[in-house]
Amino acid sequence: RLRSLTLAAPLLVLLALSFGIPIVLLLSRAVYDPTIADALPQTSQALRGWNGTGLPDDAAFLALAADLRSNQAKGTAYELAKSLNARLPGARSQVLKTVRQLEAADRPPLEVMKAVPFWSAPGTWPVIESGTHSVTSFYLLSALDLRWNADGGIERVPPEQAIFVQVFMRTFLVAAAVTLATLVLGFPLAYLIASVPKGLAAILIVAVLLPFWTSILVRTAAWTVLLQKFGLVNDLLLWLGVADDRLDLMYSRIGLIIAMTHIQLPFTLLPIYSVMRTIQPSQMKAAYSLGAKPFTAFRRVYLPQVFPGVMAGCLLTFILCLGYYITPALIGGASDQLISNFIASYVNVELNWEMAAALSFILLVFTLALFGIFARILGLDRLKLV
Amino acid sequence: MLLSPYPTTGERIRSTLLWLWCGMVILFLLVPILIPVPLSFNSGAFFIFPLEGISTRWYEVVLGTQRWQAAIGNSLVVAFGTTLIATILGTLTAIALSDEKFPGRRIVMPLLLSPLIVPVVITAVGSYLFYARVGLASTYAGIILAHTALASPFVVVTVGASLSGFDRNLMRAAAISGARPITSFFRVMLPLILPGVLSGAAFAFVTSFDEVVVVQFLASANQRTMPLEMFIGLREKLSPAITAAATLMMALSIVLLVVANVLARRGKQRQRID
Repeated sequence: RLRSLTLAAPLLVLLALSFGIPIVLLLSRAVYDPTIADALPQTSQALRGWNGTGLPDDAAFLALAADLRSNQAKGTAYELAKSLNARLPGARSQVLKTVRQLEAADRPPLEVMKAVPFWSAPGTWPVIESGTHSVTSFYLLSALDLRWNADGGIERVPPEQAIFVQVFMRTFLVAAAVTLATLVLGFPLAYLIASVPKGLAAILIVAVLLPFWTSILVRTAAWTVLLQKFGLVNDLLLWLGVADDRLDLMYSRIGLIIAMTHIQLPFTLLPIYSVMRTIQPSQMKAAYSLGAKPFTAFRRVYLPQVFPGVMAGCLLTFILCLGYYITPALIGGASDQLISNFIASYVNVELNWEMAAALSFILLVFTLALFGIFARILGLDRLKLV
Repeated sequence: MLLSPYPTTGERIRSTLLWLWCGMVILFLLVPILIPVPLSFNSGAFFIFPLEGISTRWYEVVLGTQRWQAAIGNSLVVAFGTTLIATILGTLTAIALSDEKFPGRRIVMPLLLSPLIVPVVITAVGSYLFYARVGLASTYAGIILAHTALASPFVVVTVGASLSGFDRNLMRAAAISGARPITSFFRVMLPLILPGVLSGAAFAFVTSFDEVVVVQFLASANQRTMPLEMFIGLREKLSPAITAAATLMMALSIVLLVVANVLARRGKQRQRID
């Protein structure tokens, strides 16, 4: 027993280091952000006794002024400004402006602080106060377009600041549309492959496996070629007379759904096929001989048995769609970016790790919950595709 | 069985419609992946049919320019490194898990599979965050480690499948005959599960060779792999060189995965005969 543990240990340790720790570290960034608390030690102290309403006393203003100057001396003022800005849009320029004025030292610090209206605005100090706690629910709530209000309750952010619920809804909608499309296309083909003689079935299954074995990037590249204004899809639509003019399919929602459907079709089809293969034709024959019409036999004998396969295929495709990144990035337009693309852009463009972490957290919760359902009702064995 | 024993006209129509629908679905599946192939041999610089002429100029770009050569080299380094580590560690783990007495098998297996479940952007961003702290960002070692996490589940599953038909009594017989465990592994077990191991290795190679999201976050400018070069090219401007690169990548993954699947199947059959 010990020996089998030692055999498995190297991979388990490697996975923990290369995969487990990175994920945990990332998720922790969603709830743990010590930047502001570290940068404002005196302010944290001064705010201890503040009741959270109105403005704090002058001591807090002076403490903040002292903290700002020491950050400037240590060279961390910009980092602080950025971190405050993530919680309070517009704070960056105000912090940097105040720091410069404090640096000039031609007036007493308190006067400088009071002269900048930002520091006396009603929303500023509650944000600073919440920032002095390293463990925060701010980012997770923001990822759901929620925030704490002044009374300690949770409320929706104003509509003009709300972004993420819409992005999550969009991700779910695209995933649902793709799942439905793969089912409509895949179910009849799975049925056909399971019904024809073995040799023909082998040829047909190759048609499913060839795209399945081609990488997502290569298939996405192929679709960027096909969906061009003068590409093959537009040629076909014109030839069929479906469209009068060439459509802009690149950077559109419909183009994205078509490409994702193509990529996901084998994932939906294969679990359905593997169940259909096990159903004996004699069952249908028995149903016919008992007088069932073909449709009745199909509905009452066949469908209930393939249902687990349909569930497995659809759930798998839906879950995988939630994490799509490459295809929306290359084929979707600005309003077709899914949640993964937002995570990437918070890391690459906004450099806001906390927000990226919070969105990852929510996405992971959805993904794991759906996989939990999958494993619970269908069993992990159904994940084996070929 | 498509038709009932005494098909009615309605049934025949339905069966014909089914064939028509499925024919269209198969075209939908195959045409997109086949389209880049003729386009990659186009002598013109556009993606429009009919082709202007046949040439290999875009393959010369992909195989002959420094930028793509470096990318192919990087891809091979990463994929071979990943395959080596994932195959060795994955095989050992599969052997451990095939032992019914292995403690906590029901917990370990989902954990091993979790890299396939977690959305890859989360894995990529997490690795970037952690590897930057420990000095592994922008290193081959970092990329190989991250890819090993993504590739090793395939090895564990394929080797595990070939082990399910392996008769453990053979190992006992070897032990009784005086073979040390390491000898009986190399002389008895490995030859029998080799198809499964090689199949897992092929899966691992393809997983790493095709991967682009983790690489995008972890690789520095001179560690760009072939898929990353393609991704960047697709974002900047569409060049027919992309279709040549896509054709090469597609050919490689299809060949390797055909081999992997044939091996996996043969591995199971061989044991059934034994």
